Amino acid sequence: MSTVSETTHNGAVAVGAPPVPSDDAGLSPAQLAAKYGLTVSGARPGLLEYTRLLWGRRHFINEFAKARTAAQYTQARLGQLWQVMTPLLNAAVYYLIFGLLIGTSRGVDNFIAFLVTGVFIFTFTQSSVLAGVRAISGNLGLIRALHFPRASMPIAFTLMQLQQLLMSMFVLIAIVLMTGEVPDASWLLAIPALAVQFVFNTGLALIVARLGSKMTDLAQLMPFLLRTWMYMSGVMYSISKLTATAPPAVRIFLDVNPAAIYIDLMRFSLIDSVTSAQMPNHVWALAVVWAVLVGVGGYIYFWKAEESYGRG
Amino acid sequence: MAVAEQQPLPPLARPAESRVPTVIVDDVHIVYTVYGAGTGKGSATAALSRMLSKKRRSTNVRRVHAVRGVSFTAYRGEAVGIIGSNGSGKSTLLKAIAGLLPVESGKIYTDGQPSLLGVNAAMMNDLTGATNVVLGGLAMGMTREEIRARYKGIVDFSGINEKGDFISLPMRTYSSGMSARLRFSIAAAKNHDVLMIDEALATGDRAFQRRSEARIQELRKEAGTVFLVSHNNKSIRDTCDRVVWVEHGVMRMDGPTEEVLTAYEEHTGK
Repeated sequence: MSTVSETTHNGAVAVGAPPVPSDDAGLSPAQLAAKYGLTVSGARPGLLEYTRLLWGRRHFINEFAKARTAAQYTQARLGQLWQVMTPLLNAAVYYLIFGLLIGTSRGVDNFIAFLVTGVFIFTFTQSSVLAGVRAISGNLGLIRALHFPRASMPIAFTLMQLQQLLMSMFVLIAIVLMTGEVPDASWLLAIPALAVQFVFNTGLALIVARLGSKMTDLAQLMPFLLRTWMYMSGVMYSISKLTATAPPAVRIFLDVNPAAIYIDLMRFSLIDSVTSAQMPNHVWALAVVWAVLVGVGGYIYFWKAEESYGRG
Repeated sequence: MAVAEQQPLPPLARPAESRVPTVIVDDVHIVYTVYGAGTGKGSATAALSRMLSKKRRSTNVRRVHAVRGVSFTAYRGEAVGIIGSNGSGKSTLLKAIAGLLPVESGKIYTDGQPSLLGVNAAMMNDLTGATNVVLGGLAMGMTREEIRARYKGIVDFSGINEKGDFISLPMRTYSSGMSARLRFSIAAAKNHDVLMIDEALATGDRAFQRRSEARIQELRKEAGTVFLVSHNNKSIRDTCDRVVWVEHGVMRMDGPTEEVLTAYEEHTGK
């Protein structure tokens, strides 16, 4: 039996050590590594190099999102139909509570379209965050097995939510048309609105992915934070009507909320009765600033801990 | 600790052939920090009292010194076997080489990014085997064309379809041997500079083990380095020309397969 003391006292016996080129014999390990271009294992690549690696994995990100979306409802009998059913049922529940029972609709024209737009757009951000929290901690097997830029995971999960949202958009457009809205040129604004929201969501998913990889309790806490955020974002009421008499500080606080901004933009583009007068000033600029700030900031924040994901 | 000081570099032996190092392990120490090891209570009250008494957390934190001053250099075209009893630090060492565990002190230099293939390297269990082949290949940086060209080869190599069309079933329906075979087949489809196999072949059947040994030989010819952790001395003899023997986190021996294995078998009393 081997014991610690025996091992340490005997030490290792090197028999027939592997040959080295004669001119390498005098080099220290670090010098030898430098000579043959070896790098420290697990070191984090620079930001540009990282971005290049990530771009090289774009097909992986896309295929991963596609495969996961396809696999999402395989256990359910109705399968992919749930992609449309889930947002539809969500909208129905909120309409029942806030439209019929509480009657928030007073003062909002075309409340059904107003509410459904809010629910769908907020769900996009909400589900991106929820998927992002588990993007690293829920895929440790894959992360430990294969080497790829880890940012692929939160980005792929946000892409999945975008695919889900595009399904919801068909439902949304159908509902909006049924409630009497007429398609016009302003509908095209939905595309840039979704694009900036996607960048914002990706950044947010990257941030919570890093947080969630270290603090596993965050996944339990996140639904409560998100619900609070939802009630502040004017999903089922009109912020401009609510804040008409509110102090300016409250008004500004509610107006710069990015979720409220993206919801406002979509309502503005799809619903005729929502006019620019109801929207906060510089709403497009704010939408872009939020997207760039959170998108770029989240990317850098995630990259800073790249070497630590899947460790331990 | 004689080992650490003894060999920052192996002594000059056969200088004739010029060999290129691919992995340099330089006096590496690895220390695990295990949280919640002290009390053994996982209850809510225990967690709460842990949070409240955060100041004196030392009772809860245990440090495990898993690898103590290991140094060696592996060269291109080598197959290195790593042996030692359970818990001797073999897998920990491989994880550190793969960059999945931070080292406490010392340095590990590698040529490119080493790939570690372990028993627990789960892939995406809710997706089909076929999707896993494509996604695994893309994640390793292969192009779509490369994967299309090699797809049939990967599936044939894994032998998943020998007993029917299993590749189109979700991986959660696979037996442990089947998923281990598919994982190895995906990872071995790419030419790695450094491939490390941690007992991943143990679950495969005999025919698959023969195929994977042949593939390991091919990978070595393609100027890669292969590390193999195994408790099966026969498979080490068949595949490796050099063996590192680790015991209690210390390197006991490093040399040609036969010499080290003979000493190891004597030690374990076989």
